[in-house]
Amino acid sequence: MSTQPQTLALPRRRPLPIPLVGALSNWSTGKTLVAPAVVFAIIVTQLPFVVTIWYSLLRWNLLRPDNIQFAGLDNYLFVITADPVFPVALLNTVILTIGSVVFALVMGLIFAELVNHRYPGRGIVRTMFITPFLIMPVVSALTWKNMMLNPVFGVVDYLMQLVGLPAVDWLAQFPLFAITGIVVWRWAPFMMLILLAGMQSLSDEIREAARVDGVSVLQEFRYIVLPHLSRFIQLGALLGSVYIVQEFDSIYMTTQGGPGTSSTNLPFLIYQIAFNKKDVGEASALGVMVVILTIIGTQYLLRVLARLSEGD
Amino acid sequence: MAVRAAPRSATPGVERAPIGIAVAGWVLALIGFFPVIYLVATSLKTEAAAVVLPPTFIPLPGVNLAPTEMPPFTFAPTFEQYQTILERGFGPFFGRSLLAVIGSAILVLLLGVPCAYALAFRMIESWRDTLFFFISTKFLPPVGIIVPIYIIINNLGLLDNLVALLIMYTAMNLPIAIWMLRSFFEEIPPDVVQAARVDGADVWTEMTRIILPMVAPGLTATVFIGAIFAWNEFFFAVSLTATKATTVPMFMIGFVTSEGLFWAKLAAAGTMAMLPVVLVGWLAQRQLVRGLSLGAVK
Repeated sequence: MSTQPQTLALPRRRPLPIPLVGALSNWSTGKTLVAPAVVFAIIVTQLPFVVTIWYSLLRWNLLRPDNIQFAGLDNYLFVITADPVFPVALLNTVILTIGSVVFALVMGLIFAELVNHRYPGRGIVRTMFITPFLIMPVVSALTWKNMMLNPVFGVVDYLMQLVGLPAVDWLAQFPLFAITGIVVWRWAPFMMLILLAGMQSLSDEIREAARVDGVSVLQEFRYIVLPHLSRFIQLGALLGSVYIVQEFDSIYMTTQGGPGTSSTNLPFLIYQIAFNKKDVGEASALGVMVVILTIIGTQYLLRVLARLSEGD
Repeated sequence: MAVRAAPRSATPGVERAPIGIAVAGWVLALIGFFPVIYLVATSLKTEAAAVVLPPTFIPLPGVNLAPTEMPPFTFAPTFEQYQTILERGFGPFFGRSLLAVIGSAILVLLLGVPCAYALAFRMIESWRDTLFFFISTKFLPPVGIIVPIYIIINNLGLLDNLVALLIMYTAMNLPIAIWMLRSFFEEIPPDVVQAARVDGADVWTEMTRIILPMVAPGLTATVFIGAIFAWNEFFFAVSLTATKATTVPMFMIGFVTSEGLFWAKLAAAGTMAMLPVVLVGWLAQRQLVRGLSLGAVK
């Protein structure tokens, strides 16, 4: 166990450094230390969510602040049955999230494998791979929208025309695809970092032994590296999903959800309803639904994290 | 006893890479990095040079030719765009972002260090539940609370006030900090803590004199990771600020609609906006994965 060069562990099973016996005073000190953070987190994140649930049951538009009525489940009924944008936004959210996570994982896996070898400048290569994740998302969105993807002056279209392809106005013709690309550019480094940590916890001896036995590079990757990485892949996929479901910046900065509603996802829809339409009830109902969807997803994530914490 | 991963650069990786791997690594990295190079290059151009194709990205100082007559891939660098952006009031946005980052970092440490300390050393029985409580707050999408947050902040008179952002960024980074700090605290050999106990040190002495100095690199890493997220944050900024408390990402909104005309200025603003955090991220590279995986991967 202790020969593992890498730890992949949440709360580790280890001897308690402090005997709990006779530690009544410790117990209260512990509470004192923990309480401020817990109280702060409850006030800023949990209570507002309870308020969101309450708001979602009201008919309340900020443009008519004096007219607040209890509406029961009307907002939910409206969103599910009558709102034409909701199904589109839901579908866009699912496509954007799954598409981005899958592509980012594949790219991240390739990057990680390339960085996991020794060669001159590996550190620089690694730094270059990581950088897109650090760039302010609104800046990377604007860079891609203009300098890279502009149909007339953009680098991507220039390269396409060099090889005889027609110019494409990516963000107008394939907005969701283009945004997925921008999100993948940002998140592939994240996946790379997690998968690289996984690869480096795989001992060199095993890979070398396999090579001595005449296993090809591809076989080695398929039968030794990938199975070892499966937990890291799960972790990356789930953390990535939780964050990418919330994607907002790149949509706001590039298409504003358009053309029409073709690149509107749920967070952007909620933003529009809350701050343009100023409909508190409807925005809250949508917010509650997004949270429920996220909770369902996170239950799975927490189980994976817990399994990691048991250290198998 | 848990063994930590050796520093990345010292990890052997797979021995002697085939030349193909090295070439593929460099080529892919340069392709992925190109938009960053191009952004910085464009920030040093005139507006006329910014839209020249084939793309130019090599600065060639001291050559005075029209943008289209420069040697291939080169351009004549100028700092005029930076000057323009600074004259347009970029500075205050930058200052407010800095305040939001530093302020929330201080709050996060004040709340997070004691909490992570108590959780790491199992000073409360429900330490595991508490840890997962914090992680679950991180998974709450901001859109799930933005409406009441907006209304409450408005009622408190804190709309378009940096304090509002400070509070939200603290809440945003606190779970990450607690998980990260906890994982650093847990690496301290129990003997050290025990020895302090035997010497009769109280919790405060133990924490400030013995433990904190030992996890100083971890504290720095935690602050850096939080700074990256707070500096880049846009959703709360666009929802809760308008003119007086706007941060750097809000400055960039001005470029959303300016199609093609102001790329050099956009690039200059973008370069100044992204640079601080990119540098911090490069410095904190080794700890990045721990922060991003909430301490699960070291």
